Amino acid sequence: MKKLLLAASVLAVGAVAHAEGDRGAQLYTMYCTQCHGAHGNGKGINAAHMSVQPRDHSDIKEMSARTDDELFKVIQQGGKSVNKSVLMPIWGGNLTDDDIHALVGHLRELCCQKD
Amino acid sequence: MKHLFSLGVAAMLAAGVPGAAKADTAGDVQQQCGTCHALTHDYATLGIQERAERKAPPLDFAGNKFQRAWLVSWLQNPTRIRPAGVFPPAHVKDGPNGDVVDAASLAEHPAVPAAQADAMADYLMTLKPFDDLIKAETYQPGTIAKSMGKMNFGKFKGCDACHQDAPNSGGVSGPELYTAWIRLQPAFISAYIANPLAWDPHTLMPKGDIKADAVHKLADYLKVIGEKQP
Ligand code: HEC
Ligand code: HEC
Ligand code: HEC
Repeated sequence: MKKLLLAASVLAVGAVAHAEGDRGAQLYTMYCTQCHGAHGNGKGINAAHMSVQPRDHSDIKEMSARTDDELFKVIQQGGKSVNKSVLMPIWGGNLTDDDIHALVGHLRELCCQKD
Repeated sequence: MKHLFSLGVAAMLAAGVPGAAKADTAGDVQQQCGTCHALTHDYATLGIQERAERKAPPLDFAGNKFQRAWLVSWLQNPTRIRPAGVFPPAHVKDGPNGDVVDAASLAEHPAVPAAQADAMADYLMTLKPFDDLIKAETYQPGTIAKSMGKMNFGKFKGCDACHQDAPNSGGVSGPELYTAWIRLQPAFISAYIANPLAWDPHTLMPKGDIKADAVHKLADYLKVIGEKQP
């Protein structure tokens, strides 16, 4: 029984470590791709139905013009907090600060990988 | 005496029948529905990855959420509620102008016969772990001009990015809302808009910062667009 428990907890730790590794990508898929697209190009399944288009996160020029702090703020407090569209939601209720930092990290990979 | 005794047994048996039927229905739901639907709130204690793996929306608070009459008829004649399925990222493919919903990847919902739909609805309506959230709700259904409601739902609050307020109008990652009023209890609608996280910590719906009376106006709009015409 003890052995079994041990095996189970080792497995669980493995799974967590794995999830932590691509936490940013995982959260991006879950919460952001519906609007920003599976490829991060701003063309998610909702985009065709929206009056303001989601930002293309693979646009190096636009995305390089934002600091990490600016990206953090728009994710946490929504488009309205930076005088952009309310169609960019407030995610600070659903996501922790750590989650949002992981997302900012993922955004940096999406836009600026090619550098 | 013998006569009386057998009468007593008959009475006991008769009284026992509804209880037995209910126990059977609970078992049926567990067996036929529990493979896809959560019937307890255990998922709330798991990591976020469980949301990506869900096969169906949770039913553990069905009695605090649904209109019984809708359950009975929908279970016999299920139609699609979520245009992109329960976990939209799993039902997306590349289209000519960006992502589109891969409709072929969405399965039809199993239908159940009338008598069973009735019994299952009865059982599901007993699942009420969130009576406190419903009780705390102050929403009194009212009315709102449709054009004002639509502005609110779209331009001001951005709900239409993810939800349809008419067939083929609005975003597709959330459940259609032009049927919300016949599907859902008014207090649930209001409470969920105000704080979806209280119901499901892994909801894909953002918890905004909407004040109570603005929430009530949004609920009134869902009433205006969703109420069956007399
Ligand atoms: C409901 C659709 C929607 C969802 C879901 C969504 N966004 Fe957005 N997002 C938008 C729209 C629309 C804009 C463009 C706003 C504008 O330009 O006024 C935007 C803009 C942005 C911007 C750019 C802001 C700027 O400075 O130009 C970032 C960064 C961003 N979103 C990150 C995210 C992240 C991360 C997620 C997931 C946690 C997410 N978004 C989910 C709709 C959405
Ligand atoms: C194969 C998996 C599967 C099985 C088995 C299944 N369901 Fe479902 N159910 C789903 C999916 C997927 C949805 C979402 C459909 C949609 O939104 O279009 C759903 C939706 C529902 C809804 C609406 C929930 C909501 O929040 O909108 C109810 C009620 C429901 N199912 C009841 C049942 C009952 C009762 C049974 C057993 C007789 C059952 N389901 C069996 C997959 C399943
Ligand atoms: C980023 C997309 C998104 C936005 C924006 C959004 N929702 Fe949702 N909403 C969802 C999703 C997704 C669900 C279902 C929960 C889930 O699948 O995790 C949902 C569920 C709901 C429900 C419960 C419906 C049901 O059948 O279970 C209501 C009511 C609702 N939303 C109303 C609103 C209103 C009103 C707004 C605007 C203030 C809004 N939503 C904004 C995505 C969104």
